[in-house]
Amino acid sequence: MALDASLSAADAPASSNVRAATTESRAARVVIIGLSLLFVALFLVAPLVVVFTEAFRNGTEEFLSALSDPDTFSAIQLTLLVAGISVPLNLVFGIAASWAIAKFEFKGKAFLTTLIDLPFSVSPVVSGLIFVLLFSSHSLLGPWLQSHGIKILFAVPGIVLATVFVTFPFVARELIPLMQEQGTSDEEAALSLGASGWQTFWYVTLPNIRWGLLYGVLLCNARAMGEFGAVSVVSGHIRGVTNTMPLQVEILYNEYSFVAAFAVAALLALLALVTLVIKSLLELRYSAQIAASRRH
Amino acid sequence: MDVRVKDIRKEFSHLPALENLSLNIRSGELIALLGPSGSGKTTLLRLIAGLESPTRGTIYFGEDDASSKTVQERNIGFVFQHYALFRHMTVLDNVAFGLTIRPAARRPAKAEIRRRALDLLDLVQLSGLEKRYPAQLSGGQRQRVALARAMAVEPNVLLLDEPFGALDAQVRKELRRWLREIHDRTGHTTVFVTHDQDEALELADRVVVMSKGRIEQVGTPDEIYDEPNSPFVYGFIGQSNCLPIRVEAGQIWLEDRLIGLSAPGEADGPAKLFFRPHDIELVDGCGGCLAGIVVQSRRVAGTRHVEVELGAARTRVEIELPPQRAASDGNRIAFRPTRFKLFRD
Amino acid sequence: MALTSDRGWQFRQPSVIPGFGLALGVTLSWLTLIVLIPLSGLAWRSSSLGWQTFWSLAADPRTVHALWISFGCAFLAALVNVVFGVLLAWVLVRYRFPGRRIIDAMVDLPFALPTAVAGIALTTLYAPNGWIGAHLAPLGIKIAFTPWGIVMALIFVGLPFVVRTVQPIMEEIDREVEEAAATLGANRFQTVSRILLPGLLPAVLTGFALALARGVGEYGSVIFIAGNLPYVSEIAPLLIVIRLEEFNYPAATAIAALMLMISFAMLLVINLIQAWSRRRYGYGA
Repeated sequence: MALDASLSAADAPASSNVRAATTESRAARVVIIGLSLLFVALFLVAPLVVVFTEAFRNGTEEFLSALSDPDTFSAIQLTLLVAGISVPLNLVFGIAASWAIAKFEFKGKAFLTTLIDLPFSVSPVVSGLIFVLLFSSHSLLGPWLQSHGIKILFAVPGIVLATVFVTFPFVARELIPLMQEQGTSDEEAALSLGASGWQTFWYVTLPNIRWGLLYGVLLCNARAMGEFGAVSVVSGHIRGVTNTMPLQVEILYNEYSFVAAFAVAALLALLALVTLVIKSLLELRYSAQIAASRRH
Repeated sequence: MDVRVKDIRKEFSHLPALENLSLNIRSGELIALLGPSGSGKTTLLRLIAGLESPTRGTIYFGEDDASSKTVQERNIGFVFQHYALFRHMTVLDNVAFGLTIRPAARRPAKAEIRRRALDLLDLVQLSGLEKRYPAQLSGGQRQRVALARAMAVEPNVLLLDEPFGALDAQVRKELRRWLREIHDRTGHTTVFVTHDQDEALELADRVVVMSKGRIEQVGTPDEIYDEPNSPFVYGFIGQSNCLPIRVEAGQIWLEDRLIGLSAPGEADGPAKLFFRPHDIELVDGCGGCLAGIVVQSRRVAGTRHVEVELGAARTRVEIELPPQRAASDGNRIAFRPTRFKLFRD
Repeated sequence: MALTSDRGWQFRQPSVIPGFGLALGVTLSWLTLIVLIPLSGLAWRSSSLGWQTFWSLAADPRTVHALWISFGCAFLAALVNVVFGVLLAWVLVRYRFPGRRIIDAMVDLPFALPTAVAGIALTTLYAPNGWIGAHLAPLGIKIAFTPWGIVMALIFVGLPFVVRTVQPIMEEIDREVEEAAATLGANRFQTVSRILLPGLLPAVLTGFALALARGVGEYGSVIFIAGNLPYVSEIAPLLIVIRLEEFNYPAATAIAALMLMISFAMLLVINLIQAWSRRRYGYGA
């Protein structure tokens, strides 16, 4: 069996006495690998399989017709719009923040880094709530906005704001450790050769960080398209108007339109899979140029 | 305890790392395995420890065949190049570890373990630091903790892999002297690996010179330096010069000249002449000597290092002269080795 | 620091690299606009409730239950994740077997998969008529629509936090350390239990805290599977949403403020673990 031959400890030499020193017995290895594979199958693979199986339960035709429902279609459009606005915004912010933090020494740097990470530790629902409190008719801003006919809550701007908030740290978080590791000598060399600040950034810094940047943007985009809790609170769930794809999944599911719900879910799961594949490829090929910290 | 390595061969994925190598280590001896990287010295050390197992051959600890035992059963002390201290344990717990994990039947009482660990810390001059964590120690201190930890199990043999490799020069020198003292006090049979000849020659009772998976020479530091038995050892230990010469009727010729050295009993034919830069005498005029043009002369501390080009082939050799002896570039100089060795190709 | 000491207090050390003002300016304005103003809005709103009101809202039994369920389920899930996360990290770092890279990539699925999708998928698995639930129902085991369902969802959500925190530290374990333990006579079990696992403790604790923090605030993957029965399987974030839908802004604000405090407390705990770890172990988890 192929598995048999290759089921070995990483870089352990082949002789038997040695194996006793730095790895487990064969039986122990099989049990440990078996347990973890079972866990992965149960908690990671099974949900994914369910999504696609349920989506295609009644065949491709119904899957496609579920997606071509006008409300679903507008949910897809809105999701793309929201991600299309919030990802570039956080991209610019991420580059600015990592430039300031990684290339300079200043007071309060550690505190600033903590503040940037803050949205990660806030519950999605709370993230949505803070914008409700800020813009609702009971708030300070609410009456003014209302009198000027500006609608933020239960409209696209509110959804974008909540999405920007929850995806706020992604790009910066990938870039800061990467740029810190690279130091400032490349930039100093470019400046000493007469390059301007922008030229230095464009020709020296950006090529150095491009894979890490892509990686960060990828994660940022996945979260932006998939965010549920925060968006759910600010969207108002107006069908065909303020429903993003995850919200559409919820509505369809609660209406017992399971196939339709899973059809939209399958699209989102596909996005997740594509993200994972590109992410793994990037890690495989450019691991040195992607920040070592892989957690979020 | 004496350790005998018998006809050991070790292959890594079918590439030989050690070839049919035998070595006897006497009880209580401090022995150095010296060689360039890739010579197999660390592999030999790890084989003795049981961290690798030989492809062929046997290792005896005293009369026991140790090669059938696992590393845990061999009861050896191993000091790793990067110390491999347990970073979540205090210095005291590190030293006591080997005793605390023994099965209850062979485990000393808690108080006894603590006493022995503290004694060892005292021996390695780290008293008072027992509550520290490895991250809070300097390199030299970590090295000493590692040694104390290895000695705590009262090992059959103490094995050290490049024990001073990761330390800076000053600390190295101090620890070298100190390791010799510890060895003289405790009397453990000790094998250490090094690529630094000064360290090996200064510290060891005997030196094992290794190259390409073989033992080139085993001997006391004096024997190794004064009577190298191969061109490799001549070249690897200390400074040496090598001249391509010819032997005819017991006389040594460089190109078309006699150089005033004889090699009685040596067969006719080409050979290589090895001599050390300081094993020469200057001669006036020349009826049988090495004579050449000085191409460079440098003063290094108490001696003058002079590079000389010899013969039509302009072979360069370096000789050492007293500093007051002037030797400017372009001058002609004549000398004769007082001590030399011939090797056939 | 010595370099700048003779020039007195300085906000930043001199550098030839341009763009500090612009970069910091963009960073601070964006941070203020998107994060600080909205969050302080919440702080201001909850403080304007007054201590008395705030306390009565927070001590409301339904709120206390919801917080307790969020916290308790997240705690259980994080415990499970510590066990299986460390096991999984070990398998990924130490063993070579077909499909290892795929498993490694799959670990990030909970980061990439939208929570709502995970929610409906897990519900379909564990509902009494679901793929797995149908086999458990005859045994009298109910998972979906009970707190156990919440735990299941939070295990899914929290797994990568533990694996990705422990994995890099595990990769850095020096083989020499294990060999050292073996030369001192330790058998494999002793080496793993007394040397390797304790050495991973800071990373494991950090992973646990991250998974716990994420679990307490999780919403999307939980609401489908939880059943959402008040006092039984109603989580705190859901209660916020319910209060909002009732236009009961003070109650929503109070619960959110409490949750925010919990988040900050966890953030503090994580930072303390890392500071302690750096001081003692020489690495930050």
